[in-house]
Amino acid sequence: MSGILNSSIGRKFAMALSALFLMFFLLQHFAINILSVFSPDAFNEASHFMGTFWAVQYVLQPVLIFGVIFHFVMGFVLEIKNNKARQVSYAKNNGSANSTWMSRNMIWSGLVILAFIVLHFIDFWIPELTVKYIDGDMTGLLANGGYRYYEELTHKFVNPLRVGAYVVAFVLLALHLLHGFNSAFQSVGANNKYTEGLKGFSKIYAIGVPLGFIFIALFHHFNH
Amino acid sequence: MNLTLKIWRQKDASDKGKIVDYQIGNVSPDMSFLEMLDVLNSELITKGDEPVAFDHDCREGICGSCSLYINGEAHGPDRLVTTCQLHMRKFKDGDTIFIEPWRAKAFPVIKDLIVDRTAFDRIQHAGGFISVNTSGNTQDANAIPIEKADADKAFDAATCIGCGACVASCKNSSAMLFVSAKVSQFALLPQGQVEATDRVLNMVNQMDEEGFGNCTNTGACEVECPKGISLENIARMNREFLTAALKG
Repeated sequence: MSGILNSSIGRKFAMALSALFLMFFLLQHFAINILSVFSPDAFNEASHFMGTFWAVQYVLQPVLIFGVIFHFVMGFVLEIKNNKARQVSYAKNNGSANSTWMSRNMIWSGLVILAFIVLHFIDFWIPELTVKYIDGDMTGLLANGGYRYYEELTHKFVNPLRVGAYVVAFVLLALHLLHGFNSAFQSVGANNKYTEGLKGFSKIYAIGVPLGFIFIALFHHFNH
Repeated sequence: MNLTLKIWRQKDASDKGKIVDYQIGNVSPDMSFLEMLDVLNSELITKGDEPVAFDHDCREGICGSCSLYINGEAHGPDRLVTTCQLHMRKFKDGDTIFIEPWRAKAFPVIKDLIVDRTAFDRIQHAGGFISVNTSGNTQDANAIPIEKADADKAFDAATCIGCGACVASCKNSSAMLFVSAKVSQFALLPQGQVEATDRVLNMVNQMDEEGFGNCTNTGACEVECPKGISLENIARMNREFLTAALKG
């Protein structure tokens, strides 16, 4: 058991498990964010619950942070090991003849997503931690008595540069997921009669969820 | 056809090596790729030059000896064929063709286009077999009923000729398609169950020790495999490995 992470298959399995967890988190994040388009009140309620419920804050949030860090660190470890496995490159290599651009460039789409997460943490997560755990304000309320979450969200999407950065990042996320979704299932050994159906679902997820996030950013930019 | 060939020339394992240009004329579209190289070598020998060294044996797509990375693809632009089955009709008059050896740390170049693929032999020695008492009381393999679907899949996996195109095509130089085919051909059959745990652990361990990269599921290996070995085998090997590793 202890040797699993020392093997090539074990590392891929761990990478896939963290990816599946992050994809589930992304769907949950999207489900809450899309509420902001239809009902600011529902968005505020959901955000306050997620931001104050102990199980989310002290159990799921640390697991999420660990999952994100693990996925990126393991991604770099695998990339370095894989580069070492071919020390002389081909003079001519026709990669597009046998594989997709997404599958060959996961490290680059991953790096853009990593940069986006840093921006996202600066935008939302660090201010959120400051308000709750440094200022000690767990009420989630503004001076006028209303919840602050919707106000903070819409305020962030006023700047067109930030919206542009979000759009680019989510396009790269879509490309990352177009390969990563199925790849995660293959890595955990799930390649069977359901694989073709899963491929169809993965396209819907990989394009639909990032497109939804882009829609949310653009919606608030043009409506505020 | 008249062609420009850009061929990797390397005197020996310690030589740095470089691409050398050759012009070749009167190439028939009906020639196989290796026959075209035979003609080139005959011209080089006539001129007193060193012929291009390349692996070949059966020349009918069975032995797995021939290799060659042709115009950026293992075994060239055709599908489900080895280099010896590739015909010059796949190219056009005036084409420039790059011919390189398999590139992988685990497949060091011996000379020109010949690489050392004994890493595959060592992986096979680590577990790519079943142990059968052959002292005279060997049971007829056909005496054990096997489901048709499993027998077909095991046979498909067993068609791997170990040419190394999977490693050459993979951007990570991963050998997982090869190893998974060798694991699957036994994992699907009752005869392979006795040593199943040790087999997958030892073969994967040997694969890692040889310096092959990790599979990132690009699927390039499956596309370029001359025998059409499926990625399904890699998923099966992953399951076999994880189950075996958990058993200890």
